[in-house]
Amino acid sequence: MTRAELVEWARDIYDDLDFTVVRQWLAEHPTRKAAGYLPVYAPRELLHATGFLPVGVHGGGDRLEIIRGDAFYQSYICHLPRSVIELAQSGRLDMLSAVLFPSTCDVIRNLSGMWKLLYPDVYVRYIDVPQVPDPGAAAEFWAGELNHLLDDLAGVSGHRPTDDELRHSIAVYNETREMIRTLYALRRERPWDVPTEELYLLLRAGESIPPETFLARARQYLAAVEADPKRPRDNSRVVIVGAFCEQPPLGLIKSIERAGCYIVDDDFLLGNRFLTHDVPADANPVRALADAFIRNDMASSVLYEIDPMGKRNLMKNRVAAASADGIIFATPSFCDPALLDQPMLRAGAETAGIPCIAFKYAENTGQFQQFREQAGTFADSIKLWGAA
Amino acid sequence: MAEALKDRSMVLQKEMIANHFERLAQAPETGEKVVYTFVPGNLTELIRSFGALPVLPEINALQSGMRKLSGEYIAEAERAGHSEDVCTYVKCDIGMMRAGNIGPGGTKLPKPDLLLLSYTGCYTFMKWFELLREEYDCPTVMFHVPYQGDGKLEPEHREYMLRQLREQVIPALEKVTGRKYDEEKLRHHLQLSAMAEDDLVAVLQAGKTVPSPIDGYFGTVYYVGPIFSAFRGTQEGVDYYRALREEVEERSALGLGPITPEGPLEGEKYRLVVEGPPNWTHFRDFWKMFADEKAVVVASTYTKVGGTYDFGFRHDPNDPLGTMADYCSGCYTNLNLPARIDMIVRYIEEYKADGFLINSVKSCNSFSAGQLMILREVEKRTGIPGAFIESDLVDPRYFSAANIKNRLESYFQMIDARRAGRTA
Repeated sequence: MTRAELVEWARDIYDDLDFTVVRQWLAEHPTRKAAGYLPVYAPRELLHATGFLPVGVHGGGDRLEIIRGDAFYQSYICHLPRSVIELAQSGRLDMLSAVLFPSTCDVIRNLSGMWKLLYPDVYVRYIDVPQVPDPGAAAEFWAGELNHLLDDLAGVSGHRPTDDELRHSIAVYNETREMIRTLYALRRERPWDVPTEELYLLLRAGESIPPETFLARARQYLAAVEADPKRPRDNSRVVIVGAFCEQPPLGLIKSIERAGCYIVDDDFLLGNRFLTHDVPADANPVRALADAFIRNDMASSVLYEIDPMGKRNLMKNRVAAASADGIIFATPSFCDPALLDQPMLRAGAETAGIPCIAFKYAENTGQFQQFREQAGTFADSIKLWGAA
Repeated sequence: MAEALKDRSMVLQKEMIANHFERLAQAPETGEKVVYTFVPGNLTELIRSFGALPVLPEINALQSGMRKLSGEYIAEAERAGHSEDVCTYVKCDIGMMRAGNIGPGGTKLPKPDLLLLSYTGCYTFMKWFELLREEYDCPTVMFHVPYQGDGKLEPEHREYMLRQLREQVIPALEKVTGRKYDEEKLRHHLQLSAMAEDDLVAVLQAGKTVPSPIDGYFGTVYYVGPIFSAFRGTQEGVDYYRALREEVEERSALGLGPITPEGPLEGEKYRLVVEGPPNWTHFRDFWKMFADEKAVVVASTYTKVGGTYDFGFRHDPNDPLGTMADYCSGCYTNLNLPARIDMIVRYIEEYKADGFLINSVKSCNSFSAGQLMILREVEKRTGIPGAFIESDLVDPRYFSAANIKNRLESYFQMIDARRAGRTA
């Protein structure tokens, strides 16, 4: 497939709020089930091993009119849960036999209870990850949670995986994470060849298809990029921070890129990359998953930062790793994790002399002119400072 | 506005709190160690067993709200880059700190020797202490209380909390205070807690009496003050709750209603259950809107954020660490939505309420996210229509007196109409 064909394939999946690819998969696998997960981190390996198709539930973006969802949420609560409820109340998520609600914030946590009330036949689990990287009590707790989840999922799917099947699923997701690291590294090195709009669409498609299919498509995309190199432009290199839960509309990503910015790192769809290292696929599988989480070095707003200097240093380190020129804090309105972190992150960035701008969006934001102007001015000012 | 009338227990409480803040102010000189922690999941007995003094930032924030200082504190925090969208308790606290950290007692609050991050029922707590840690050069210890996602405390969650207490929290307190963990001392404090809790529950359950001798929301936020803050597990706390219980039982025996800032409320007309925290910046005006209509809140959920005692839990000195884990897990905001709904329905039934009201605060997603669902479910299960009003904790910009008063008046008229319909 060509780059254009792959991007259109991914765009079709992204645009389709009826989750046709999920329904097709279920039709082709009549004994299997699908399970949803909300942002940010859910152990997809367990869903995969118990026979579920893992499906990312990221709301309806700017492609969904909210009719029922607003009746569930006050105006001062972020947009994501109301569009998730809208999808569910309109029957678009009726193919999900289980839904996992990670400990991202209190809104997603409370949504787990709402789901129990609204959909009593669906398996619901709040995923309470450990907050301190303690290899003793925290690892034990998380292994217990994973075992509990595994038992429950096996009960719903009817398939209790063997250790070898669990190790296989771990290996598949190790490969997926490695692929995403490769894609991010390529974008970092040659952002003109891997526009973020394309990368994002590919990753969003990956949230609705089996990981094996995603890997095949991603390999095709890498080959297509090599076959279709683009010309570098004199753009500024920016890191996007704060968009790890409620996703920005695609138009916002495009606006930033068209304003003269290369996005060289971001936290979109962060759950994909939450584990930064491979999980050992030759050990006790549940314990290996638990230990991988504990020794993980992903710093995120949804986890407690144990290092007192961690927040201060994070932006400096990320900008250095991405060879970026500046940071755009792009944060969903009313997003507690991102907005409470922002003063600490921004202070650290500014102390390190890193140019920053900040704006807020909602997943259904429809007007991008102001973002384009802000990002364009930011990109120009970076170039001016760089030339000074 | 006339001087608010106060009953005896309020005067006693005022003295206790004044003494506590005076002691805090002197801590840098006396060498007493200071531990900042949060109301839900507070480990006051443990802190006290190490001879340290607790500071509860939410209490400071709400006091700033009541003293009309929070607006400027919030503005100060927003000028420093904190978003208008986030919790106003946090911004009020940060603004207060930047303005000199003068606490509710009018004296300077000491810096913390330890930030004890009891992560119980509120995501924002985690960020709050990450932010405070930026301002204070002191250690922080995280105590993760698993959420009751499935509506119960699971044994492995209890074990996880016990291990954290033994392996993280107690060593941190030992290091900061220079004292060894003394389980006998902890048992003593827990024994005192249980005594005070017995009396508190008697007070709370007085709301079942018709007419109610207490207001289970506006009045009870004062009643729970000592036990939610520095005085659980102390003799002062025991004495306060004994005095309060006697006072309430006396009013009950005489068939009297609650004391409000405007005087005793006579002729109780509406009995309400309230979900959600109160607004603090206009607390007296807010209460008056109810009292003027002879509406008494007979039970509320907010008064359970620092512990849910009225369904049987008491701190157990025979299981000192286990009982603290049980306590933390059972705090209201650590319960899932179905459990919260069960509690509200039970209150409506047991306290013979004829109305149910949600005060949804902009600041607090732990409470607010899902409240419209709670409203519908409670209406469905009890057949009682609910009311929904919106305000904020300590941001005066979000209190619209006219809107709230209009909604309340309409709601009371609806209750009247339902009663008339039933008797017609």
